[in-house]
Amino acid sequence: MSLALDEQQRLLQESAESFFAGKAPVSALRRLRDDKDETGFSRELWQQMCQMGWTGTFLPETYGGLGLGFKELGVVMQASGRTLSASPLFSSIALGASCLSLVGSEAQKARLLPQFVSGEKLAALALQEGAHHDPVNIATSATREGDAWLLSGCKRHVADGHTADVFMVVARTAGSARDEQGLSLFLVDSGTPGVNVERRFMVDSRNMAEVTFDKVLLDADCLMGELNGGYAPLQVVIDRGNAVLSAEMLGSALEAFERTLDYLKQREQFGALIGTFQALQHRAAQMFCELEMSRSVVMEALRCADESPEQLAIASSRAKVQMSETLRLVTDESIQMHGGIGMTDEEEIGFFLKRARVAQQLLGDEHYHLNRFAGLSDY
Amino acid sequence: MSELDAFREEVRSWLEENCPPAMRTPMRSDEDVCWAGRQWQFQSEDQRLWLQRMAEKGWTVPEWPEKYGGGGLSSAEARVLQQEMAALGCRPPLASLGIIMLAPAMFKFASEEQKLEHLPKIASGEIRWCQGYSEPGAGSDLASLQTSAIRKGDHYVVNGSKIWTSYGDKADWIFCLVRTDANAPKRESISFLLFDMASPGVSTSPIQLISGASPFCQTFFDDVEVPARNLVGEVNKGWTVAKYLLQHERNMAAALGRSRSGKKKTLPQIAVEALGTDDAGTLKEPVLRQKLARFQIREQAFTLTMQRIGDEMARGGDPGPASSVLKYYGSETNKQRRELWLALAGMDSLGWEGEVFDEGIVARSWLRSKANSIEGGTSEVQLNIIAKRVLGLPSAV
Ligand SMILES: Cc1cc2nc3c(=O)[nH]c(=O)nc-3n(C[C@H](O)[C@H](O)[C@H](O)COP(=O)(O)OP(=O)(O)OC[C@H]3O[C@@H](n4cnc5c(N)ncnc54)[C@H](O)[C@@H]3O)c2cc1C
Repeated sequence: MSLALDEQQRLLQESAESFFAGKAPVSALRRLRDDKDETGFSRELWQQMCQMGWTGTFLPETYGGLGLGFKELGVVMQASGRTLSASPLFSSIALGASCLSLVGSEAQKARLLPQFVSGEKLAALALQEGAHHDPVNIATSATREGDAWLLSGCKRHVADGHTADVFMVVARTAGSARDEQGLSLFLVDSGTPGVNVERRFMVDSRNMAEVTFDKVLLDADCLMGELNGGYAPLQVVIDRGNAVLSAEMLGSALEAFERTLDYLKQREQFGALIGTFQALQHRAAQMFCELEMSRSVVMEALRCADESPEQLAIASSRAKVQMSETLRLVTDESIQMHGGIGMTDEEEIGFFLKRARVAQQLLGDEHYHLNRFAGLSDY
Repeated sequence: MSELDAFREEVRSWLEENCPPAMRTPMRSDEDVCWAGRQWQFQSEDQRLWLQRMAEKGWTVPEWPEKYGGGGLSSAEARVLQQEMAALGCRPPLASLGIIMLAPAMFKFASEEQKLEHLPKIASGEIRWCQGYSEPGAGSDLASLQTSAIRKGDHYVVNGSKIWTSYGDKADWIFCLVRTDANAPKRESISFLLFDMASPGVSTSPIQLISGASPFCQTFFDDVEVPARNLVGEVNKGWTVAKYLLQHERNMAAALGRSRSGKKKTLPQIAVEALGTDDAGTLKEPVLRQKLARFQIREQAFTLTMQRIGDEMARGGDPGPASSVLKYYGSETNKQRRELWLALAGMDSLGWEGEVFDEGIVARSWLRSKANSIEGGTSEVQLNIIAKRVLGLPSAV
């Protein structure tokens, strides 16, 4: 029930932080951006992450996992957020493997989970269709074709879609546009005829894709979980995803804040360090308080993912609201307190601002989750 | 059955037998709080009995050693007692600045003789304490205080004035910061002195607050003689004691920010009653609904933070920065709660007198909450502390 890290988790945090600081600093992301790298992340780094076991924290040992939990994945993601490291850990593991392990059949899991854990194959969740996260608004459809399925539709903003080997596709198999009933989940190989993937370049230099399915013919065994019953497990996948994503955002917010604090202790104006100005001191102290609150809600969301699934929905929306607002505050103030330097591409602080807004939007921004929180709280 | 379970049963049946039914109803206002002390008029025989019985068990301060009037319980047992009291809806038998503020400092800095003299009377509610820190010229800049105590043989002679002394006119004793050396630097010439408010030369004059209540006073000292043995800690080292005590005061103020549970109405209930919902159960006022949700997230985040810090301390973490963060955030959160309450309940919440308005309890509590970010060190002072001591930001020269 604890909201603190235990000894093992603290060690994991230390090793993950030094790993990303050493092997994937912000300059690595800059290089991927400037080189227009085709993969958009380093496969070598990814292999090392897999070898550390980080891709299998919450999966049972039968599938090559560590049998630990989402808290451990959150700890690693928080560390990766400190250096804005690009990797498919979120898309392929926190979303993809999580989804498959939740709804997949034994055969589907046995075939794919070990490959996700080893990093041989990458997964991506193909959910969103418009500019906003809106998981009931699904037009992509799968219709019966004898024993098989015919899948058509267009998915936008699929995280790491351009390198995915397997898509977990949310499609409508019954009902109409805003119905919760009638959604189903499908496993779709990216090489299947009719699947078209186009990379999209986003402000954060991380990777998104637009994926279209043009009458893609799927075998019967591509369906994951219950027909028409995909919405409930999908929400769990999203909630776990937001818990883990919030942990990444916490890492970014802490890093941006600490860098700004350092700057306040270095930069002189009016013959004094700017950190002596009370106007800035109080704003820094207020950010610190919000970060303390954010730590707690993120830990609670991760704890719920592991221990109290019945509280996960509300914990996850709460974490996303608090964390998004805090990250917005911290990244805005970071730029402001750096002055003109903060606006330059050469200074790294801008990378934090750019990643922040994408992470906020991903799986629902603070406005979406505030509304959801109210509904879950019965008012 | 484990020992703790056996203890739980024992506690439950003792409470059922000994807590008068009237003491198991929610407190409606500050007037139901039992402060005790020499001048106290018990509100009812039940209130008196409840305090007496709990004090005899040592359960007003369950974890203190028995020789100081405590119950000698382990923290696990004390938690059981707390849970069982909550389950039955028992009111706290005693509210006390002595327990919350003075005692922690006494445990750390007082001599054995002083502890044996004062702690049991705090535990039983026999003596009610007040805090003599602030002065007309020394508020946030507390260390510039000027009330003087000059040593004359085996006693000190105290002169000066304190202000904002909460319950100064109702308290029996005061813990007071005094200047014991006029020539030394300001933080190295303060001492921590205890004395009886009935001593010749002490007088108080109540001050009325915007909430209509007048719980605090200006307090005057005119050649008050105080035995030298009433000085806690070393002479001129009182600032250390004062700061230690302030930390506990902050923690108490911080607790205000926690989410409220219990039998009182919650904000969502108030909102639903006052504003109504549509068929789907959604509040009819979308803007207020959003504000309510945002506030609840803040309040829950704060509650979780108190829990997390507790968990981290249990694993050997350092509470260091916590008290200022929690004081600042908790008191601001409580102010927001009271503001939101008005917004949700509308004009009805602004009634001042009469039974129809419950004697203005909502409005008065809202007004009282404005002090949360002033008392015990203002919000600005907490932010200064966080900036300098936690974030290591430099001081202006
Ligand atoms: C309900 C209530 C109960 C109280 N009970 C007691 C009690 O029992 N015993 C007792 O001793 N005292 C008590 N106090 C007094 C309380 O501790 C003081 O009011 C408080 O320390 C502030 O001092 P001040 O009122 O002189 O305000 P000031 O210090 O004059 O502050 C005025 C404003 O200036 C700001 N300010 C001051 N210094 C700085 C700075 N360095 N940087 C930025 N802003 C600054 C403050 O934040 C505030 O906004 C009580 C106060 C209240 C409201």
